[in-house]
Amino acid sequence: MTSAEWVERAVYAPLSEQGPAPKEVVVGFGFWLFLLSDIVIFAALFAAYAVLSGAVAGGPSGPELFDRQRVFTETLCLLLSSVTCGFGYLAVQQRRAAPAYLWMFATIVLGLLFLRQETAEFAAMVAAGAGPSRSAFLSAFYTLVGTHGLHVTAGLAWLVVMLAQLATLGFEPMVGRRFLCFALFWHALDIVWIGVFTIVYLGAH
Amino acid sequence: MSEYSEAQDSVPGAGGGLHGSRRSYFVGFAAALILTLASFAAASTHLIYGPSVPVLLGVLAIAQMGVHLVFFFHISSAPDQTNNFLSLAFGIFIVGLIVFGSMIIMANLNHMVPTMEELMKIQR
Repeated sequence: MTSAEWVERAVYAPLSEQGPAPKEVVVGFGFWLFLLSDIVIFAALFAAYAVLSGAVAGGPSGPELFDRQRVFTETLCLLLSSVTCGFGYLAVQQRRAAPAYLWMFATIVLGLLFLRQETAEFAAMVAAGAGPSRSAFLSAFYTLVGTHGLHVTAGLAWLVVMLAQLATLGFEPMVGRRFLCFALFWHALDIVWIGVFTIVYLGAH
Repeated sequence: MSEYSEAQDSVPGAGGGLHGSRRSYFVGFAAALILTLASFAAASTHLIYGPSVPVLLGVLAIAQMGVHLVFFFHISSAPDQTNNFLSLAFGIFIVGLIVFGSMIIMANLNHMVPTMEELMKIQR
């Protein structure tokens, strides 16, 4: 039974006739639970940032440090990469190799552009004497934004591995499920980024 | 598709089967882009009453998270999504508890606990 058939039965058939859920649905649910717990970690970091954002210890505050133009470029990169990742996943589902590689490659490029902007921002701030040890505000800032950046880095490494698996294993159902998990992971990072740019970069004044 | 197809109605974001369609990504991208632009405009403009800007930013952020959930995650209240939907609700509850709980407790402590200088004054 395919996922689409199961969904139809889950919607319209009585419980006793539905049968066990297909592996794709179970895997997606399990990974969704992991993502929610990951978001709880980010919630703790957001709480720390919200509490400490005023504790500048005589050092520079947020509005003096942040460049909104750069943040908007970063936001655009992540948003576009979410869309290319979605298109890539649709191509994987339809077992079309060329668009799958193309869209996933675009996702990698956009992710790298995002990381380039972020590392440039961190480097400029550290060079200007606003490193993580300057104040509690900056410690919380680097922890929160840096954890998100690490997630993006890990996601890109994962995507490279997935493309290698696609090249060697082909369109196995197993590979498709892993792409599903990757797509969910990548979209979740975009959701966390909405919180980051709203609370850290825009709500800073 | 079988005899159930006739009764099938679609939810936003679920165009083709389990994982949406190309169209849902286009719609989601357009909506997310508009909300992002609105956020950055709201934070930069002086046309809006200052103290209300953070509230507006919060509303725009929550709206954009909703757009992402519907058009990118394809979360809906459909019966086959019950598990995903309930765990999302629980996740939001925990996130709210952690963020707002911490903020309230720390603000309260900040207000109630005297600083070292104030303590010295009391002791004298």
